[in-house]
Amino acid sequence: MTMRAPSEELPIVFEGVTVAAGPVTILDSISLTLLPGPPTVLIGPNGSGKSTLLRMAMGLLAPSRGRITWGGRENVPPLKRAIVFQRPAMLRRSAAANIRFALRAASIAHAEHARRTSELLELVGLERLADRAARRLSGGEQQRLALARALARDPAVLFLDEPTASLDPTATKAVEDIIRTVSERNIKVVMATHDLGEARRLAGDIVMLHRGRIVETGAAASFFDRPQTAEAKTFLAGELLV
Amino acid sequence: MPQDLTALQLVLSGDPALFAIVRLSLYVSLSAVVLAALIGIPLGAWIALTRFPGRQGVIVMLNALMGLPPVVVGLAVYLTLSRSGPLGAFGLLFTPSAMIIAQTVLVTPIIAALTRQTIEDLWIEYRDELTAMNLGPLGRVATLIWDARFSLVTALLAGFGRAAAEVGAIIIVGGNIEGFTRTMTTAIALETSKGDLPLAVGLGLVLIAIVIAVNALAWTARRAGERLAG
Repeated sequence: MTMRAPSEELPIVFEGVTVAAGPVTILDSISLTLLPGPPTVLIGPNGSGKSTLLRMAMGLLAPSRGRITWGGRENVPPLKRAIVFQRPAMLRRSAAANIRFALRAASIAHAEHARRTSELLELVGLERLADRAARRLSGGEQQRLALARALARDPAVLFLDEPTASLDPTATKAVEDIIRTVSERNIKVVMATHDLGEARRLAGDIVMLHRGRIVETGAAASFFDRPQTAEAKTFLAGELLV
Repeated sequence: MPQDLTALQLVLSGDPALFAIVRLSLYVSLSAVVLAALIGIPLGAWIALTRFPGRQGVIVMLNALMGLPPVVVGLAVYLTLSRSGPLGAFGLLFTPSAMIIAQTVLVTPIIAALTRQTIEDLWIEYRDELTAMNLGPLGRVATLIWDARFSLVTALLAGFGRAAAEVGAIIIVGGNIEGFTRTMTTAIALETSKGDLPLAVGLGLVLIAIVIAVNALAWTARRAGERLAG
């Protein structure tokens, strides 16, 4: 993984995006611009639409109304975008073979595979487990392998959906350290979490969602110090936002 | 009990006629399973991953075909291969090839139906990842079949079990000709009707031993593979 120049994928712009599944509105009139820079963290309670927004930004879901553009273009295939799901599926092969699979899927030259695989395994601290069956790794190790597999695509934008949910503090720290390293290498990180501590530690910008709508956006420091909306104040106070 | 002893002696004596029957049985059943796998695995994977009108009906039909009566298949293949049938010109009736065709017809729905279920379950698990990796349809099918390989062994075993045990289809299209199309199951049926129980019991023992050995081998290979690949 190398330092990268600003990408043609950015900015990612949502213009009046609505997603509905039958009578249920999952995202409601979302207008949002994701710019290059430090991580953008989506926060909000469960069911607020964070995962759906990430999938749309990745290009996996189409809006019911509105439009999304990547670097000013619509319908851009996700060649330079990658996503780590909350429960990533491990392919039934070794850790190293999972990464090689992603390299092949991204049409990376075969001659590069060995070097890139060992670089990525080292980046996520799994070099000693390269030959271990991926599905036999612990939850934290699987999450780090999923990160390595996503980075194998050499993405300009990396989407992370609750990347540390259900991990213990040690595994959480390992994943957060990788996210910082990735961000320092000019890969735009957009992640969803409902862990406020994690959002404080990682976020450059915050987007807060509630019931499918954006209730507040802004720089992380000002959001945490001076929340503007009642929902944000309630959420930051640790009270139940329903 | 004395009959069992005679049967065992027959097996242990390495009787050439008996082993010719065993060889032919394995050749026919394993060939049918290989052909059925070549048809059934891609077909099952395609049905698992494709949405088309009438798909539910096709799945119901495929599942129902797992219970195809062997004699009906035998009759259908007989009519197809007989001199006046559409493929009569090939002269395949009463040959091992006809028996392989009949067993392939019997085994293909079993492998296709079990593959469809296995691949569909794995697709639910892998769909997000493979879609996010922008993998094309062929890449998806290849990945799912490869990653389901240990489960698909079970489908192949079910197919082999069906082929090795059936007698109705191959006795119709093979004719049970001694030294040419006589297999273990057709010989057991014949020898029992003739009253030569030691040979029938001996063949029965060999048949059961083969089925157990094949299953044990496949199970061991599956366990070893799962340990390595997860």
